[in-house]
Amino acid sequence: MNERPSFLLDGDEVPFDPGQTVMQAALAAGRYIPHLCYHPEFTPHGSCKLCTARVNGRLMAACTTPAGIATEVESETEELNDLRRTLVQMLFAEGNHFCPSCERSGNCVLQALGYDLGVMTAGFRHLFPDRPVDASHPEILLDFNRCILCELCVRAAREVDGKHVFSLAGRGIGKHLIVNAESGRLVDTDVKVTDKAVEVCPVGVILRKRVGFATPIGARRYDQSPISAQALADAPRPLERNHD
Amino acid sequence: MSTLPLETAAHPEQLRRVVIEPLSRVEGHGKVTLLLDEDGHVQQARLHIVEFRAFEKFIQGRPYWEVPVMVQRLCGICPVSHHLAACKALDQVVGATTLTPTAEKIRRLMHYGQILQSHALHFFHLSSPDLLFGFGSDVARRNIVGIAAAYPDIARQGVLLRKYGQEVVRHTAGKRIHGTGSVPGGVNKSLTAAERDELQKDIYQMIAWSRDAVRLVRQLFEQDLATYRSFGTFEARTLSLVRADGAMDLYHGGLRAQGADGGTIFDHVDYGHYWEQISEEVKAWSYMKFPYLRALGHENGWYRVGPLTRVTRCDFIPTPLADRERREFMAFDDGRAALSTLGFHWARMIEMLHAAEAIKDLLHDGDLLGTDLITGGKRQARGVGVIEAPRGTLIHHYRVDENDQVVRANLIVSTTHNNHAMNVAIREVARQYLDGRTLTEGLLNHIEVAVRAFDPCLSCATHAVGRMPLSVDLLDADGSIADSMVRG
Repeated sequence: MNERPSFLLDGDEVPFDPGQTVMQAALAAGRYIPHLCYHPEFTPHGSCKLCTARVNGRLMAACTTPAGIATEVESETEELNDLRRTLVQMLFAEGNHFCPSCERSGNCVLQALGYDLGVMTAGFRHLFPDRPVDASHPEILLDFNRCILCELCVRAAREVDGKHVFSLAGRGIGKHLIVNAESGRLVDTDVKVTDKAVEVCPVGVILRKRVGFATPIGARRYDQSPISAQALADAPRPLERNHD
Repeated sequence: MSTLPLETAAHPEQLRRVVIEPLSRVEGHGKVTLLLDEDGHVQQARLHIVEFRAFEKFIQGRPYWEVPVMVQRLCGICPVSHHLAACKALDQVVGATTLTPTAEKIRRLMHYGQILQSHALHFFHLSSPDLLFGFGSDVARRNIVGIAAAYPDIARQGVLLRKYGQEVVRHTAGKRIHGTGSVPGGVNKSLTAAERDELQKDIYQMIAWSRDAVRLVRQLFEQDLATYRSFGTFEARTLSLVRADGAMDLYHGGLRAQGADGGTIFDHVDYGHYWEQISEEVKAWSYMKFPYLRALGHENGWYRVGPLTRVTRCDFIPTPLADRERREFMAFDDGRAALSTLGFHWARMIEMLHAAEAIKDLLHDGDLLGTDLITGGKRQARGVGVIEAPRGTLIHHYRVDENDQVVRANLIVSTTHNNHAMNVAIREVARQYLDGRTLTEGLLNHIEVAVRAFDPCLSCATHAVGRMPLSVDLLDADGSIADSMVRG
């Protein structure tokens, strides 16, 4: 029987299979690395940088770094968690995230990460961008105010729904989510309320209309347990190996 | 623009100006300005609301289902009122003309819990220091900490009454403050048997303490009848909701307006067209509008809302203990207590007793544990929701477009209805107590006692523990500061 290769994550051995990333191997081994744009069902993207870890002494995104090149990985350090808190603060400051009246409150990945990482202050002056809501679709509301540019909707539409509904346009601070229609309105795309792209939004941008606050406080996803615990519970586990 | 006695002085440029600012919050700031002549006679008194909230503007464009959660942020004391008034309006938008029994009763329970906690907060934490120590008593002691030291049982009951009301809100709305329980067309949760049992455990104690509170106010009236009868008292028309049989109903009913003599102006009017009965006047010196009854015009049509109106102008209260106290209140001092501005406190405690009794009745109703929570029907473009909030009649009015976005909102809150009446009350107090006298902190507090009787949220900060941010500047006619006083 061949030993599985492994790397050290915060001093502990984490085995991996060929082709796995540091993030995939860590989650499969029951080790949490904070992340936002990573989703186990889609091609890793590496854009939010929340999963940044020190791999062999260099800062790299754990979700896109092949486990095969890693020998020593640091993740759960005060230095890295400080950087992660700053990234979350910047995401809050760049958009209009009014958690008190947002229907995704309690079900929002950004909010849950903020709580889990211990983000206690705004940190930056809010930019208060002017982003009109697109309510043109009869079943789907598009509230650009809360977009964090994770591109999960872009990937889900392309990889699962087989459509080209969403994209990012612009550069730098002007980057923003657009829809694939001449009018720029969601109603003129081929999106359906049953699409994966609608379900996958981690914040309150793509919403099924008229659901609102149907889930009472106490029964919302992150009322049950922190996002770190849920990420581990949901992570794909390695298949039982044949030891013959 | 109409003016009333002491509203506008003939030659303000020749008068001294005394400013009480901030009075405290109405979710913002309020102030009182007095203009005095050389002999200290009051020539002008105004209560200004200098905040500008703009909720009506920034909910435009938002999806309608978000509104009940967003607009409740108007207030931290009575958010449930805004939450429910918005939902009542949006029930109409989603075509829910009749709620399920469980939804209706859960909302009522939430509302009575809110009435209980808000009235307890106002009486025990904010107003009892004035009433138990005296309006001009030592300012360092005139707060809830002083009450706790001098009257520990009363303070404890006040704290626990409020806590109980907040627990009712928590079990129905999900949180003590700013919950999400009510949604357009119904509610998102009912009670579990465990939650019901927990609330049932203490409700009889809450009823007993509420009765004690009613009797405490009665004793205060008996001890100083001359003051309580006349302090800031004036004749006013009234507006409130009443049930179809004339009973007090704080959650739903028709509009009843009466003259100062109790004569009917209109009765059992469907609030869905409130604008046919009520209009609003704008005055240059306040951000708060001045509503009036259209039938009487803006000069004569101002009116008073809130506990004193509801208790004295309903035909009866549909819970036995509160109704007995109502009848005693109405008969006391040949009916003069029921007309007095300080009668607000007595009426408020009667309502607290009613809320406790109503909670008790609901907690013995099996519908609270039901699972049929939401209903709907034919979409409408407009919805109006009216509720009797702790401080008075509250109107929410929305227009929603075909894309589910709010395109127009109009909110007339209790404090706005009482704007004119509060101005009249402070003018009356200024005339009775301040006219021709050297101003002291204690005398200025009389003005605040009058405002506080209406419970317009203005009383919060003036009884804050610690430094109270009240400064008074005495200006010469040319605007330079002749004297100033800071208390904290």
